[in-house]
Amino acid sequence: MAGIPHDHYEPKSNGEKWLHKRLPIVGLLYDTIMIPTPKNLNWMWIWGIVLTFCLALQIITGIVLVMHYTPHVDLAFASVEHIMRNVNGGAMLRYLHMNGASLFFVAVYAHIFRGLYYGSYKAPREITWIIGMLIYLMMMGTAFMGYVLPWGQMSFWGATVITGLFGAIPFVGESLQTWLLGGPAVDNATLNRFFSLHYLLPFVIAGLVAVHIWAFHTTGNNNPTGVEVRRTSKADAEKDTVPFWPYFVIKDLFALAVILLVFFAIVGFMPNYLGHPDNYIEANPLATPAHIVPEWYFLPFYAILRAFTADVWVVIIAETLTGGIIDAKFFGVLAMFGSIAVMALAPWLDTSSVRSGRYRPMFKWWFWLLVIDFFVLMWLGAMPAEEPYATFSLIASAYWFAYFLVILPLLGVIEKPLPQPETIEADFDAHYPPKDDAKGATAATPAE
Amino acid sequence: MIKKLTLSALTALTFTAGGAFAAGGAGHVEDFQFSFEGPFGTYDQMQLQRGLKVYTEVCSSCHGLKYVPLRALEGDGGVGWSEAQVRAYAEQTFEIYDEELEDFRPARPVDHFPANTGAGAPDLSLMAKARAGFHGPYGLGLNQLFKGMGGAEYIASLLTGYTGEEKEEAGTILYENKAFPGGWISMAPPLYGEDVDFDDGHSNDLHHEAEDLAAFLMWAAEPKLTARKEAGFIGVLFLAVLSVLLYLTNKRIWAPIKRKDTA
Ligand code: HEC
Repeated sequence: MAGIPHDHYEPKSNGEKWLHKRLPIVGLLYDTIMIPTPKNLNWMWIWGIVLTFCLALQIITGIVLVMHYTPHVDLAFASVEHIMRNVNGGAMLRYLHMNGASLFFVAVYAHIFRGLYYGSYKAPREITWIIGMLIYLMMMGTAFMGYVLPWGQMSFWGATVITGLFGAIPFVGESLQTWLLGGPAVDNATLNRFFSLHYLLPFVIAGLVAVHIWAFHTTGNNNPTGVEVRRTSKADAEKDTVPFWPYFVIKDLFALAVILLVFFAIVGFMPNYLGHPDNYIEANPLATPAHIVPEWYFLPFYAILRAFTADVWVVIIAETLTGGIIDAKFFGVLAMFGSIAVMALAPWLDTSSVRSGRYRPMFKWWFWLLVIDFFVLMWLGAMPAEEPYATFSLIASAYWFAYFLVILPLLGVIEKPLPQPETIEADFDAHYPPKDDAKGATAATPAE
Repeated sequence: MIKKLTLSALTALTFTAGGAFAAGGAGHVEDFQFSFEGPFGTYDQMQLQRGLKVYTEVCSSCHGLKYVPLRALEGDGGVGWSEAQVRAYAEQTFEIYDEELEDFRPARPVDHFPANTGAGAPDLSLMAKARAGFHGPYGLGLNQLFKGMGGAEYIASLLTGYTGEEKEEAGTILYENKAFPGGWISMAPPLYGEDVDFDDGHSNDLHHEAEDLAAFLMWAAEPKLTARKEAGFIGVLFLAVLSVLLYLTNKRIWAPIKRKDTA
């Protein structure tokens, strides 16, 4: 295997040799778990483990929930209540699954913004990034369909609004929407296919996660300096790295335990905090709720969807140029998917030769503005579609696109980066200076 | 590090958006003090029994509780009746249509409270979770941790919120109510005070009846509240210990790499 030079598994006993010749699975596990990992990784590198845990948690709790759930419009809501009231530990399982989705998204957003700041998307990690984006898209699909299953008011109306987006696609929209729903409106056929896919997609995600890990185990992890691990020799590589086990396994598990502590406090003491009260009312196609609000993790993109109304000049231009094919509704849909697409294209939009934001004085400001922009969009997504929120949404959406399409390409040209450390080892030594007896101590600056 | 903390804090704060910002047009919800609020709050068994009595004698004529099994009245953490009490209550209170008998028969503990849609009144099984009374502070909803969602408070405020004004609209009489979103509700004031007599001699003025009833409906909506909080508490405690152990382990294994002295 390509990658950072390190020791490989050597089968010793005859049994091990026998197995290794036929199936080198122990070697694969060994290489995976002992992978040389940059020793300067900070606390933003823990989210991968949290995400893996979330996937496992959702699959395990989900499989048990399915044993008691009934995907039928007349029975679904009651079957969830059955789980909450009669199934042993059912209330806890359901609340874990429900809040687990939120934890999953907290972790994925932290993970994505980590990647954006430290330039983890840049060559040679583009494939890791793209797979990551696919995982994120699948997560959104899975979460959206999962939210429909309890068949509450928000389930039904959320599904109606979101599948309605497909209806906005010119020419094929309406047939596409009918095909997706399995009928003219959200109904039993919709519930059944959503249930089926909600069960399927997590396993697709699991497969993609394996590829994601394979990809970055080939390129090696990025790290806060963005400087690559030296691959000139095993000895050099060992100066920049430590094996994943035990150093990062224990560190990540510690972080996971702290995060789960907060998670359990929420599940135990305020499990409905992130939910919407309306979803405790059974779906009723005849009664539209006063506000239809998506789950918190969709809000930023929901805000972008709603920002482009018919009176916005870009929409007017698009509508005139295409002879009305792109109307405001379709423009909104394009903008929503586009906002994720531009993020996926970051590896090719960012022109800077410097990887880590740490050494990019101008980039830093724009990056943190993007983070704020994300939270502002999230807030706006929950607000009614009226002034002044509409204008704010437009500005915030515009910044989202400007960051990826204008600022990232330009910065690489105009920005003067700060000097980067020669090696990861140098960066590490600057924080944890070698003892006096070790050579090179004079070069190190004191730790903060 | 600071930046990362800010990021996490912001993430935590924006958590709220789903529920908190959403419900609008809210009426006035009074903050009742319930025994089940806060991380350690549990139901008050006597209060639930009083609330059940109000429900049975007043509300059940229009409202159902179709998701609540009668046998849930038995056992700890809730109403706390004995099996015999539940059986007697079921038989004496409700008639259930039995599809096998093709006739009505007295209810048994395995049955649910009957549904009741006759008067156009919503089912109350989940009412206490389907309404949110509190959204603060600043719309973040974080005070849920100490007060709950405010569903029970909403119900109690609704029952005590009638002003006495009435109007007729499209053939229905509407009653002015300070808690109801929009201000006018089609439910006539169901409680006036002294509607039922409590066996434990507790005050039966309007305020107390409403409070007890709201507590009962909270239990109906979330019967596993106590078990859930206990599980949460054990989880938090266990993870706290685990975190400390992992922290120390982590510190120890990294010490030689970071060139720190191992103590
Ligand atoms: C005479 C029949 C009747 C009785 C008795 C009655 N209700 Fe109602 N209730 C209604 C009707 C009808 C509605 C629907 C009101 C509306 O939506 O305008 C309603 C609505 C409600 C609501 C929902 C309000 C909302 O936010 O939508 C609650 C809570 C409620 N009742 C509680 C009670 C309680 C508790 C009792 C017993 C103390 C009770 N009701 C007794 C007829 C009744």
